[in-house]
Amino acid sequence: MKVLAAMSGGVDSAVAAARAVDAGHEVVGVHLALSRNAGTLRTGSRGCCTIEDSMDAQRVSALLGIKYFVWDFSERFKMEVVDDFVAEYEAGRTPNPCMRCNERIKFAALLEKALALGFDAVCTGHYATIEEHDGNLELHRSPATAKDQSYVLGVLTTEQLKHVLFPIGAESDKADIRKEAAARGLAVAQKPDSYDICFIPDGDTQGWLGEKLQEEPGDIVDRNGNKISNHAGTHNFTVGQRKGLAIEKPAKDGKPRYVLEIRPKTRTVVVGPQEALAIKELGGTKFTWCGQAPKNPEIPFEAEVQVRAHAEPVRCVAQLRDNELMVETHEPILGVAPGQTAVIYVGTRVLGQFTIDRTVSAVPVAVNE
Amino acid sequence: MTIYLDHAATTAIYPLVVERLAEDLLKLGNPSSIHTAGQTARGMLEGAREDLARVVGCDRQEVIFTSGGTESDNLAIKGLYWASINENPERNIIISAYTEHHAVIDPIEWLETYQGAKVHWLKVDERGVVDLDELAIFLDDHRGRVAVISLMWSNNETGVLTDLRRVVDLAKIHSIPVHTDAVAAFGHTDVNFFPGLTAMSLSAHKVGGPVGVGALIVSRNAKLTSIQQGGGQERDLRGGTMNAAGARAFASAARLSAAKLATDGWARHELLNHLTTGVTRAVPSARFSRGSAPGVPDLAHFTFPGCSGDSMLYLFDQHDIAVSTGSACTAGVARASHVLLSMGRSQEEATGTLRVSLGRDTTKAEIDEFLKVLPEVHAAALKAGLTA
Repeated sequence: MKVLAAMSGGVDSAVAAARAVDAGHEVVGVHLALSRNAGTLRTGSRGCCTIEDSMDAQRVSALLGIKYFVWDFSERFKMEVVDDFVAEYEAGRTPNPCMRCNERIKFAALLEKALALGFDAVCTGHYATIEEHDGNLELHRSPATAKDQSYVLGVLTTEQLKHVLFPIGAESDKADIRKEAAARGLAVAQKPDSYDICFIPDGDTQGWLGEKLQEEPGDIVDRNGNKISNHAGTHNFTVGQRKGLAIEKPAKDGKPRYVLEIRPKTRTVVVGPQEALAIKELGGTKFTWCGQAPKNPEIPFEAEVQVRAHAEPVRCVAQLRDNELMVETHEPILGVAPGQTAVIYVGTRVLGQFTIDRTVSAVPVAVNE
Repeated sequence: MTIYLDHAATTAIYPLVVERLAEDLLKLGNPSSIHTAGQTARGMLEGAREDLARVVGCDRQEVIFTSGGTESDNLAIKGLYWASINENPERNIIISAYTEHHAVIDPIEWLETYQGAKVHWLKVDERGVVDLDELAIFLDDHRGRVAVISLMWSNNETGVLTDLRRVVDLAKIHSIPVHTDAVAAFGHTDVNFFPGLTAMSLSAHKVGGPVGVGALIVSRNAKLTSIQQGGGQERDLRGGTMNAAGARAFASAARLSAAKLATDGWARHELLNHLTTGVTRAVPSARFSRGSAPGVPDLAHFTFPGCSGDSMLYLFDQHDIAVSTGSACTAGVARASHVLLSMGRSQEEATGTLRVSLGRDTTKAEIDEFLKVLPEVHAAALKAGLTA
């Protein structure tokens, strides 16, 4: 096969490309330029967008004896990921930009371009596996539980799964990948992992958003709608946040308050006790099935739901109801905010995902909050 | 066999130059030493200076050897600017155009940011021709304020020529020094240091010499401050041990390249015509970027609406044909060309570009192979679309 290896400059995609070469594929390495003004050197744990990262990918390609190109997706990335990130925060939601990037850049723009240019598949260094059952392709969790990235791949459709390879996806230990990279003489073997948002230079999300969004002050209210304080702008808050609320008057129950909800239209931040963060039901109308869709999704079925990249999956009953994919969890879950992606699993298989736009608290409003 | 059509990036070194360079590198001696070995090296260096001076039509004292085009541009622009403001701090305006190479734009913007220079970027029309009427008016309106004018001989992306004679005539009225970056023009059109020019940048590897050698031709009467201290070996304008072997290799390549241009200059124009008509026939929507404006014969720049340059580059590479998108690259990233943007093209147009640059030995058969592959490449690139 003609395989395009997407190379971030990190160790995972380097070993993935090497294995694709070993498998006998005709491999071409491509680094995605995602930033208009790429920094020269990598700092700390951020992303894959510096010139150093590009040079690392180029060096790996040279050692593997494959051709290497840099494709500029910065314009598309800005529109589809960065602008979307800002707009989501502006709308009071908490987006996952890595998910957007997978959905709209890596497995959309890049894959489309690769197919148009004559490639058969794109390979990446993600930790997840693609299995075939009864002629259908399925996405599964990686056995490397700590590194499992099936959550951020939950947006992949059947058509995309057909053209995607994860050569290191079944690896159970990242340390083995580093060892393999070292054995292959790849200088990126000990390169640190990246985990921060790649386009926020110093990791200060609120500060970065503050520069993009206008500060519009508003009210902080309790769940009964009583005003208890002021704030400088809704983008300073995310659901579940406790710090930085600056409420002088303590709650009647004396317990700390947490952000429960953000209503950007009225510039209102709703706060309440920690228990109120517990969610028992969530749903979204923007959903996709990963691989073959279930036959009768309208009939409630047992599943698991995961709401963040490294959150524990929670048992639930899932169902497609009135064109909304929704789940009711068996036990309340914390840390759920609109804008986040909920990925539904059946066993290790990724069944589908939706962007959360509705949540129902597990705890009713108390009168004396 | 690779069909190499990216000679504007770098071109093949003359085998004769390589042979001689290999011999010269084995010769021991620093041109600044007084003993016989030093004097022999000095002889080599000064011989090269004379040879290069003859090729470009200047006095041998006017040749300052440097490490290449970028250093030459830096020395000219910063040196002329500082000499100007040292004499009169009010004379702090630099005039240039945003279609220049980054080796010119970046030092100018550096002077603007760190040294308080005022900068005026001249307007450029849709063919890339700098508006010299605007220059005339600007000079009249800013008498005694302009430190230096820097305009390239020919553009490294589009090949368009600047009417430097007129620039010099306008500058002369106001006694303003004129620098020209002739790196892209040298070897492709008759480049000579005609009276009125103050400084001219040249590079060896664009004319069949080695990488890492260049020259700044500086008029005897120029007032120019040194920007690099440490020995002042080159007319007190540049320090550092002189590269005698490299200088000789440059001079030899320049001579060979000038002789070649004199014999086949016209044939190159015919080859360019063959290329441009072939491209517009194969892809009617393609646009020859400099249009009707005069330009050098070895460089053709096109825009292909709906395509991204990096797709086309990749596809041509698959056919073993080396071309360029023309724009400045940072770690292999092909950005929308600042030259095309300055010519008023949209971001989208400036992304779908291809620069085909011919070398001294490019054949019609190679152009034909390029033209044969083009429709297929274009169709696939169009399908891949503007994903950038």
